[in-house]
Amino acid sequence: MHALVVDDSRSMRSILGRILKSIGVEVDEAADGADALAQVDAGMVPDVALVDWHMPAMNGVELVAELRQRPELEHMSIMMVTTEGEPEQIGVALEAGANEYLIKPFTADAVVQKLTLLGKWPLGHDTTDQPKAGAQ
Amino acid sequence: MSVDVLDFQFLQSFLRQRCAIVLGDDKHYLVEARLSPIARDLGLDTAGEVVRTLRARKDVGLEDRVVEAMTTNETSWFRDLQPFEAIRAEVIPEILDRNRPARHLAVWSAAASTGQELYSLALMLDQHFPELAGWRVELVGTDLNSAVLEKARAGRFSGLEINRGLPAALIARYFTREGAHFVVSPEIRSRVRFEKMNLAGPWVGLPKFDLVLLRNVLIYFDAEDKRRILEKALAQLNPGGYLLLGAAESPYGLLRGVTSVSILGTTFYRTEVA
Repeated sequence: MHALVVDDSRSMRSILGRILKSIGVEVDEAADGADALAQVDAGMVPDVALVDWHMPAMNGVELVAELRQRPELEHMSIMMVTTEGEPEQIGVALEAGANEYLIKPFTADAVVQKLTLLGKWPLGHDTTDQPKAGAQ
Repeated sequence: MSVDVLDFQFLQSFLRQRCAIVLGDDKHYLVEARLSPIARDLGLDTAGEVVRTLRARKDVGLEDRVVEAMTTNETSWFRDLQPFEAIRAEVIPEILDRNRPARHLAVWSAAASTGQELYSLALMLDQHFPELAGWRVELVGTDLNSAVLEKARAGRFSGLEINRGLPAALIARYFTREGAHFVVSPEIRSRVRFEKMNLAGPWVGLPKFDLVLLRNVLIYFDAEDKRRILEKALAQLNPGGYLLLGAAESPYGLLRGVTSVSILGTTFYRTEVA
C-alpha cells in the first residue's frame, strides 16, 4: 500500500510516516496542497491520502475537492487528519470528498483502525491491546 | 516494580474471590499500570502500597476501586469490524424475519465496558434498520465496573476514544461536541441501558436475548467459571439466538451441546437443537 501524507508540519508528517511504515505502508510526503497536487499530477496514484486541514495557501478541504476532480485518483481514499473535531466540520470534509477522519491527537492503533475502515488494511489486525506507540 | 511476590499473590487471590477473575502470573506490569493512579489519588507512593493498604485493613471503598481498576478494559468502536459486518448483513435480518410477529429485539453486550460495543450496535441498527422504529428494542450492556458504566451511560467520549474505529460519517451524524468530548445523541442514548452485573455472580433480571456479545472477557475467568458463564449465556438466548465470543475464544472443550455457524468469516454459537 502507498500513502501520501500531506501536512505542513514536518513533525506530524514524520509521526504519521513512522506509524504507516511500521505496518509496511510505503509513504510519500507533501508539505502543502500545491506540493501534493504536483506529485499526483506527475503520475503518483496513492492508495490513500492523509490530509491536514490547516495548511498555508490551500486548506485541506480545498485540496480534497481538487483531488476529487481527478478521475485517475478515483480509487484513492482520503482521510483528513486534523485538530478540527466539530462533527459539523467532519460533515464538511466528507461532503468535499474525504472518506475518513482522524482527530489529532491520535494513537497508532487509531490510524490502523481507520485504514481498516477504509478497506485499505486487512481485517483481523486487532491492535487494541498493543501499547500506544502513536502521537499524542 | 513496587508490588512484591506476596502483594501479587494477595491480589490474585483477592480478585479471584471478589469477582472470579484470574490474574496471570505475568501481569505485574498491569498491576503497576492500573493501581498507580489510585496510589497517586490516595497520596501513596506506589502501586505496591495500594495492595499493602488493601491487605492491612478492610476497606470496601478501596476494594471496589481496585476491582474496577483491574477490570477496566480498552475498547473500540466496531471492534474487529468483521463481526459487525456479519451482524448487519445476516444476523439482524434473520432475527428480524423471525421476530416480526412480536416486533421485539433484544441484544446484550455482556462486558460492556465504556459502552462502545453497545453504542456501535445501536448506531448500526438506527442507520440500517429503519423498520425497528416501531419495535420494542432492548439494548442492554452490563459490566462489573461502576465507573465504566457511568461513563457508558453518559455517552461521552474523548477524541482519542472517538478515533478508535468510529466511522467519520457516524460521528458527523450522531455526535455533538461538548468541550473536549463527543457526546452521542440523546435519542441513541435513550435506546440503550447499562447495568452493573458480575458475570461470575447471579444473573438477575435479564430478559432473553436474540444476540449476546460476550467478547474478550472469558480470558479473565478460570475453566469452571468459563463453563458456567457460557452455559448461562447460551441459556439466556431466545430460540435461534446467537452468541458471539471474542475472535480467539471458543466454547469447545468446555461445553457440550453447542453448535456453531460461520457468517461472513465470524463464528457465532447457539444451542444445539436436539
